[in-house]
Amino acid sequence: MQVLDLSEITLREANAALQNPTEGSNETAWEIVNARGSHAIAVGLDAPIDVQVRGSTGYYCAGMNAQATVRVDGNVGPGAGENMMSGALIVEGDASQYAGATGHGGLLVIKGNASSRCGISMKGIDIVVHGNVGHMSAFMAQKGHLVICGDAGDALGDSIYEAQLFVRGSVKSLGADCVEKEMRPEHLEKLAELLKAGECDAKPEEFKRYGSARELYNFNIDNAY
Amino acid sequence: MAKDDATPPQTLPKYSSTFSPDVNAEIRRAAATGIYDIRGGGAKRKVPHFDDLVFLGASMSRYPLEGYRERCDTNVVLGTRFAKKPIELKIPITIAGMSFGALSAQAKEALGRGASAAGTSTTTGDGGMTPEERGQSKHLVYQYLPSRYGMNPVDLRKADAIEVVVGQGAKPGGGGMLLGQKISDRVAEMRTLPKGIDQRSACRHPDWTGPDDLEIKILELREITGWEKPIYVKVGAARPYFDTTLAVKAGADVVVIDGMQGGTAATQDVFIEHVGIPTLACIREAVQALQDLDMHRKVQLIVSGGIRSGADVAKALALGADAVSIGTAAMIALGDNDPKWEAEYQKLGTTAGAYDDWHAGQDPAGISTQDPELSKRLDPVEGGRRLINYLKVMTLEAQTLARACGKSHVHNLEPEDLAALTMEAAAMAKVPLAGTSWYPGMSGGGM
Repeated sequence: MQVLDLSEITLREANAALQNPTEGSNETAWEIVNARGSHAIAVGLDAPIDVQVRGSTGYYCAGMNAQATVRVDGNVGPGAGENMMSGALIVEGDASQYAGATGHGGLLVIKGNASSRCGISMKGIDIVVHGNVGHMSAFMAQKGHLVICGDAGDALGDSIYEAQLFVRGSVKSLGADCVEKEMRPEHLEKLAELLKAGECDAKPEEFKRYGSARELYNFNIDNAY
Repeated sequence: MAKDDATPPQTLPKYSSTFSPDVNAEIRRAAATGIYDIRGGGAKRKVPHFDDLVFLGASMSRYPLEGYRERCDTNVVLGTRFAKKPIELKIPITIAGMSFGALSAQAKEALGRGASAAGTSTTTGDGGMTPEERGQSKHLVYQYLPSRYGMNPVDLRKADAIEVVVGQGAKPGGGGMLLGQKISDRVAEMRTLPKGIDQRSACRHPDWTGPDDLEIKILELREITGWEKPIYVKVGAARPYFDTTLAVKAGADVVVIDGMQGGTAATQDVFIEHVGIPTLACIREAVQALQDLDMHRKVQLIVSGGIRSGADVAKALALGADAVSIGTAAMIALGDNDPKWEAEYQKLGTTAGAYDDWHAGQDPAGISTQDPELSKRLDPVEGGRRLINYLKVMTLEAQTLARACGKSHVHNLEPEDLAALTMEAAAMAKVPLAGTSWYPGMSGGGM
């Protein structure tokens, strides 16, 4: 385990070490201590390494991650796992706004609650939230899956494209063009896979599925923007 | 003359200025269709512009440089504030962001070829970076847009600079729409959306909401790219003093301000014509903001929106810009709206010079289309050659004007070299009305 202490080194030094692990090294386990809410921790990683962050982080933790698995044992600030390509970000605490925004791939797990706009413009990422999500989550969500084990706030899935949403609790309101959809066996199977990956013991049968009514896919006067 | 044969004097038919024929036609169109007009391009209405300024040239008190031989440099370095690798351009004229999707792959390649040969940069657009434009562009600016279509860290690292797009001159505060007819398989794949649907480009970024957030976003982008690349912040011209101030505060290396004449691929006509301010009105305000922060020439200013000639370039630089950017003019250089396609423009209900349905995908010139047959009409090599020539002419023109003002570098041009022909231009550019030493709003009231 290699330790990066943010009370002793700069953010640039820490990220540079994670972004450029020694080629061929079998030292793939890293620990970041004294995170102290720093922004942009462990961003732009592109190697199959494991990073354990001790404490809570500021904005954009693990932003644009590829391949790496990042675990945070505290809370994360806005934009955690934004534009993630692959790999995983697992958060033991809560997440602020825009968690997983525009993510193309990989897995984001939030074991607490997520604030507003979770999964906004998601493009293929899978997100599993053990708790609740705030308003406008999955706004303009294009692809991927958002699993919400608790409740969803207002306007869930507004202007959604082809992403699939699974909610176990209540939905305060659905956004424009987002509708409840039939839960077929293939969806239950996919949901079970996501829950397992997300370290969550909820039962797939307890969820409802939501997605696009596809009525806003082509421009008309009611689709004012 | 018999009374019956006389034609009594009549009042000539008189059109209303308020309800003019084009206004009435739009009312009838709206009444018939129930949908507002979407089009490409920038503001078409007449607004105060660079044509309303003239250079004073050398005279008894100024000494000119020899027009053809004396050195007059045109190079510019962008991104000197924080970036480890600033962009060094041979000319202060860059190619503005235009997406693959809005434009054909051939058009993007032609822009890359022309810009590279001229020693300047080109810019991606919504939809991400194509291998063609990366391959053909020596200096490629990667736009970081609200939609994040095609956005990925690999391409981000391949870029020579990153432009965070907050807004465009054609639509400050607005997003965009790429209509389904332009969504080919390739465009759909790059944007992670189904083929054939209308693709909305969001008007605000998904993961930051103000200048304090943007500062952190820029930090993240720099951390991901090793602090190598210049970060531009592009805004539509609306509140140039404050927008420039806040962009600098957020950590921009370069501020790009796009006036209302700047083009778009597709937006409502009402938005294009009624939101934002003219290019001429934003330069001095932006420069003042930089000067107040002691950042003029440290944070570079790029101005775009209606730049057409070397005269426009020279005037923008004289007002304090470091470089300009062209979009619509580059498309015209490639062949957009060329009269040779008049018969086809007529079939589309328009005429060469007025064609602006860039969103419709039927561009006879093969530029703003994804139709394979139409796209073939543009030869990227020939298009690139035309762009090189055009950039060369603009540069020669700017040099000629700079030499006439006695300047050995185009950046040495200054507001003092200019006079305004109209009160409006004098007020916006803050240069004296020709023949006076006064402009509206001038402190002290002038001589």
